[in-house]
Amino acid sequence: MEPLDLELDSAEVELPVEPMLVNVGPSHPAMHGTVRCVMELSGESIEHVDVQVGFLHRGFEKMCERGTWTQVFPYVDRCNYVSPMLNNVGFALACEKMLGIQVPDRCQYYRMVLGELARMSDHLTCDGAMAMELGAFTPFLWMVKARDLIWDIMEEETGARLTHSFGRVGGMAKPPTDGFADHTRAVVKQVQSIMSEVERLLFGNRIFLDRLEGVGIISAEDAISLGWTGPCLRASGVPYDVRKAHPYLKYGEVDFEVPVGTRSDCLDRFLIRIEEMKQSARIIEQCLDRMPTEGPVNVDDPRVVLPEKEEVYSTIEATIQHFKIVMEGLKLPAGEVYSYSEGGNGELGFYMVSDGSGTPYRVRIRPPCFLATAGLERIITGQMVADVVPCFGSLNMIGGECDR
Amino acid sequence: MAQHLVDLVRQTFPAVVLSSHAQHGDETVVLAPSAWLEVHRFLKTDPRVQMDMLADLTAVDYPDREPRFEVVSHLHSLSLGHRLRLKAAVGDSEGEVVEIATLTGLWASANWLERECFDMFGVKFVGHPDLRRILLYPEFDGHPLRKDYPANKIQPLIPFRDVDNIEKVAPFGVDEGMSFGRQTHDRWGKPDETN
Repeated sequence: MEPLDLELDSAEVELPVEPMLVNVGPSHPAMHGTVRCVMELSGESIEHVDVQVGFLHRGFEKMCERGTWTQVFPYVDRCNYVSPMLNNVGFALACEKMLGIQVPDRCQYYRMVLGELARMSDHLTCDGAMAMELGAFTPFLWMVKARDLIWDIMEEETGARLTHSFGRVGGMAKPPTDGFADHTRAVVKQVQSIMSEVERLLFGNRIFLDRLEGVGIISAEDAISLGWTGPCLRASGVPYDVRKAHPYLKYGEVDFEVPVGTRSDCLDRFLIRIEEMKQSARIIEQCLDRMPTEGPVNVDDPRVVLPEKEEVYSTIEATIQHFKIVMEGLKLPAGEVYSYSEGGNGELGFYMVSDGSGTPYRVRIRPPCFLATAGLERIITGQMVADVVPCFGSLNMIGGECDR
Repeated sequence: MAQHLVDLVRQTFPAVVLSSHAQHGDETVVLAPSAWLEVHRFLKTDPRVQMDMLADLTAVDYPDREPRFEVVSHLHSLSLGHRLRLKAAVGDSEGEVVEIATLTGLWASANWLERECFDMFGVKFVGHPDLRRILLYPEFDGHPLRKDYPANKIQPLIPFRDVDNIEKVAPFGVDEGMSFGRQTHDRWGKPDETN
């Protein structure tokens, strides 16, 4: 660690106290994920802070350069592990942008529903953990219960609760199950009723509100300059949402609103997430109404989509096609692409370079919470040491995505 | 979509724009590295462009080329809604001297993005206020996203750091400890020496 600046200007007016170095993390209950804050305190206020990340670095980008494009899906799952479906779809969209293909309507709606469910589980985790760290344990349990209901849908659709690896270039691994729409409608209703209970429990709680209100304020200019996107930026009053600004899938056709904050403090960031869950429920409802129950999910393109298993076993053409896709990998055209979608934390970008072989030349993920965590230093400098917990919680730093 | 930006940059800086292209709808301008900061400043401040966000900054390694690295930045204007990608090629083929001007004076996000780029590729951003490694630790040997860094390379074990006023004795020396981990890895790296 670099030595921190130990000079204090206010030494003449205050009691001559020595600044104290406090080391929080990397394994500290309030630093969920793994991040380390080395803080220099004067009394209880933070004079300087050094935020250190990287404890969960697993070499995501290096690993991607060793396999095929399809083999990247399990890795992106493990980037933002509370909303892996959004990462799956984001990466699939990037590959499809490179190939110049568009998936059928049914798949687009399916991706949107699953993506919004993942967004809800992301926000439930963030808000729940934030409440728990401030001592409100019951709302956390309720929100985790709601998240579990969502994961039940994911399990039914994909077979896995957390790391689905369900996206594919040109479609999804499986079509929706028969009871998908009914199950989802029922769960969204349940989640909403749980959330209204949580709201009643939290927003009448003076301690909870006092610890969030007016804490961790950042101006809109600073937030933009720091590259913040997603709920954190919208809490600063900037109505930037990739789904509205640059609609992808069918987001241009569904009706939803982008909530923005006014004071850009921790409470705003908390409320934005709650409001976004309601908007997600609206989007899900509209998508389920419009999603065709029949028809193909995968694009009809033998270059990218695996043939039916029946045909692989019975015809030589399908066997060869299957072999070539699996063994050689998809051949994405040589070139570069930057594709972006709205992840749980903001703009999830993929900058990819292909050399035309089956192996990615470079996969760069633009992690929204890496840049959000970069702003932690700015919002907690000058605050009290107890404010670190809500400030850090409100940024929703996800270790896997931040450190990759 | 943003072709007018490419034309604008070409008109304003005719000498430094080496080439430009648009693949998959993403407009790209390749710059001479000496003008990296100047062009970015223009794009941020000019009222016709207003690139208020540095969305991403990274590098790509092409070991066969000279200059070897491509530094890539993605700019985004929230107010006008357009995007532009800028690239500049820097570095000798050995990767010893890889330098480009920092953008930290223009966008705060450049701080951590450039630190990560330095960490992963060894690109030195001249003028960066705090160019430390960010995802890896200071004693890390090499820059892992370079193409000549083997994916199964074993890093040396490092002793505890010397920190003043902390009385802590390292439980193991440089070559001790974690024997099971090293053996497992060595088997992949050197197949001949396993038995």
